[in-house]
Amino acid sequence: MHANTVHPEQGLRLERVTKRFSAHTAVDAVSLDLAGGEFFCLLGPSGCGKSTLLRMVAGFETPDSGTIRLGDTDLTALPPHRRPVNMMFQSYALFPHMSVAANLAYGLKGLGLSRAQSAERVKALLRLVRLEGFEARRPDKLSGGQRQRVALARALAREPRLLLLDEPLGALDRALREETQGELRAIQRRLGTSFVVVTHDAAEAMALADRIGVMERGRLVQVGPPRDLYERPASRYVAGLLGDVNLIDGRLGRAEPGDLRSVETALGFLRARGEGAAGNPVVVAVRPERLIVSGAGAGLPGTLAEATFLGDRIRYRVEMANGSVLRASAPLPAAGPALSVGQGVTVAVPPESARILPA
Amino acid sequence: MSGQAWSPARAPSQRLSQRLGRGLVRGLPLLWLALFFLVPFAVTLKISFSSPATAQPPYLPVLEWDGGLEGWREFFEALDFQNYQMIAADALYRDAALSSLSYAALATAILVLIGTPTAYAMARASARWQPILVALVIVPFWTSFLIRVYAWIAILKPEGLLNAGLLKLGLIAAPLPILDSPCGVLIGLTYAYLPFMVLPLYAVMSRLDPSLTEAAADLGASRARAFFTITLPLSLPGLAAGALLCFIPMVGEFIIPDLLGGSDTLMLGRVLWSEFFSNRDWPLASAVAVLLLILVVGPVVLFREAELRREEATR
Amino acid sequence: MSLFARIALSLALAFLYVPIAVLVVYSFNASKLVTVWGGFSTQWYGVLFRDGPLIAAALVSLKVAALSATIAGVLGTCAALALDRHGRFRGRGAYTGLLYAPMVMPEVITGLSLLLLFVGIGLDRGIATLVIAHATFATGFVAVVVGARLKGLDRSLEEAAADLGAAPARVFFGITLPLIAPSVAAGFLLAFTLSLDDLVIASFVSGPGATTLPMRIYSQVRLGVNPEINAASTLLIAAVGLVVLTASWLTGRKGAAV
Repeated sequence: MHANTVHPEQGLRLERVTKRFSAHTAVDAVSLDLAGGEFFCLLGPSGCGKSTLLRMVAGFETPDSGTIRLGDTDLTALPPHRRPVNMMFQSYALFPHMSVAANLAYGLKGLGLSRAQSAERVKALLRLVRLEGFEARRPDKLSGGQRQRVALARALAREPRLLLLDEPLGALDRALREETQGELRAIQRRLGTSFVVVTHDAAEAMALADRIGVMERGRLVQVGPPRDLYERPASRYVAGLLGDVNLIDGRLGRAEPGDLRSVETALGFLRARGEGAAGNPVVVAVRPERLIVSGAGAGLPGTLAEATFLGDRIRYRVEMANGSVLRASAPLPAAGPALSVGQGVTVAVPPESARILPA
Repeated sequence: MSGQAWSPARAPSQRLSQRLGRGLVRGLPLLWLALFFLVPFAVTLKISFSSPATAQPPYLPVLEWDGGLEGWREFFEALDFQNYQMIAADALYRDAALSSLSYAALATAILVLIGTPTAYAMARASARWQPILVALVIVPFWTSFLIRVYAWIAILKPEGLLNAGLLKLGLIAAPLPILDSPCGVLIGLTYAYLPFMVLPLYAVMSRLDPSLTEAAADLGASRARAFFTITLPLSLPGLAAGALLCFIPMVGEFIIPDLLGGSDTLMLGRVLWSEFFSNRDWPLASAVAVLLLILVVGPVVLFREAELRREEATR
Repeated sequence: MSLFARIALSLALAFLYVPIAVLVVYSFNASKLVTVWGGFSTQWYGVLFRDGPLIAAALVSLKVAALSATIAGVLGTCAALALDRHGRFRGRGAYTGLLYAPMVMPEVITGLSLLLLFVGIGLDRGIATLVIAHATFATGFVAVVVGARLKGLDRSLEEAAADLGAAPARVFFGITLPLIAPSVAAGFLLAFTLSLDDLVIASFVSGPGATTLPMRIYSQVRLGVNPEINAASTLLIAAVGLVVLTASWLTGRKGAAV
């Protein structure tokens, strides 16, 4: 098995792909360009259409309109077994009546490989997922993690140009999941195959992907590298999906120096990054770890309502003058007096970390 | 890269053969059942409007396929309602229909009373015992119907085991005439159809979440109250399926009234049988079949609706 | 389990098995009378094995059962596949109705109307008409057994096979069929015993020279209790018990259950 070089012309291109189930539009005019060799994550809650989109790329659903191309090939009308695309199923879908080796070899038929070549490929796959010696096992005699690796190896057997993974780590427990994330990345880097992973877990998407596409009710609402999405979400939906966020309602004010705008909120005037016409209702989004809570400093006055010890961090809930609550989190102070619940505090909102989003 | 494994050029022919395969899979059973289940009903309906004749086949008119339009006209003119008039006029058929329905209804009621606690007990048995109990109920269901009904003759007849036992115990002074009586027919119906009632009920009851009745008990319900307010309402689909699965074939039952009911028991299945085999009156037998079909079509439709609704709910 | 439920269950099982037990016990009775125990004897089995017409009828029944169960097995599996895998095609409701109606239809109606059809189209009554009739009413039973298995089958197994390049035929024969095979076999066995058991439909559609075992038994038991028939029944019950055990083993096997 040899590593692929990245070929931009081998990328996946979706053009206004739409799928309806009776009255419900599951996937709504999604367009997307993926470079060859990219690790891409489709992120969204269940029912947002991400699995349907994946199944259309695999060929299990036919789009009502739009085209799906891989490099020069139009996949839209091809049946699944004729697509140079493979899928790793959420349930793994290992054939229960076949051994591990037979499962791995299943896709090799029709590739024109000799018996020896097939055996060699199966061996290489077992090595790739560190399952040497398990060839004769039946799937029901494997652990969850081993099954997951067989499913991955089987989907890679045909050396697809694009691998689709439907919640690939969903069935694993937490410790195993983190370990497997690293493994999945390593395998993807080594083979250079494009991966498209569907997940509802933002932390997993950020840990795995070169780029993330966020889906909301059938639409692809924002695409970008994990850090961009986390720090510069385009909407409160994306902001909330990628992590905890404070949302403060307000009205857009005048421009300030340094690409900042002032926003009039119930907590007072804030400065934040963003655009729009003055007077528009907006929302200021700021991550808890960006807020600075202190006993005596500049900022918005409030009362510390709760302080939760999380090991490496402390999470604060601060009740503001108007009764609303801001959530903040900070690294454990190395020394000095800790803040105590009930005391008056100030909350500083760093303008460069606050984003102005449409209300 | 081995992307050459697929070739778009072959796709259209693939689609065609796939459509052909699907059509065959769906069409084969359809064709068979249409030919050997629906068409026969049409033939039966037609012959029920014919007259008996001493010929082969023993009815008139027979459609001459080469008679042309004139032949068809003559054929339809020769059809009449005399068989139905006879059925309407003769109290025998009305009584047979009423008694078929009463036997089936009464036996279904008894089956509900016996089957419900049985299925409930099976569903509540330990996981190790459940498959064994299911097998125990299924074995009689697979065992010859005829033989199982026949087995009751030795038990029920005047000098049979039941009467001998009761006489010995001094409970009765003279043998009870159970065989060749309505009571014999009811025992036979209940016995033969018990698995048909228990199995659908068990299927539903065993799938009920046991924590539901535990929650009811936790909220202060007695065992009996938990059963009647939680288990039973949730088992109604199984109860309905079981009741219809028993009721419909029982209305047309032949073997049980014939072997256990004596010569006085009137049931439509038996009337049809004797019109056909003893009197060789095929048209009249056909008319009785149509009558019987009308009696059971209502429940069949109900059963199908329930099935579809259940399928909808589980999908 | 409550005491009440326990008692109800025991009574129901006793009700189901006492008549069968009586039948079996009295097949070993030396006396011809039911109420008299004349000592243990296997003489009725001897009588049975010398009963030429009965054995001939049994052979006819076995032949008809094997042929009709094969047809019903194919048709029922096809129907189950169509219902489970073809989505909501037009006329699906009518299709289901047509499939299940023969299962509950009173046998006298099915028998009579099939006979009228056979006479109408001039098909000679015999083995062929018996096979057609039995296949017709057993198809629905096979479809129910196979359908239950298909419903429990993870659809992504077939999708995975297609994804790995298998054409529809290879998916069906390599994945679907092996996974539903136990239920197809169980359906076949059910159809087989249903055919072996049928008296009413067979009486209508069989012709001279094609007397089945139930028809032969019926003509004897109409005359009253007959120890030879008890012996035949005992053998049949033993055979069916064996078949049920096989079938439940087939459908309950772990490897097939995923």
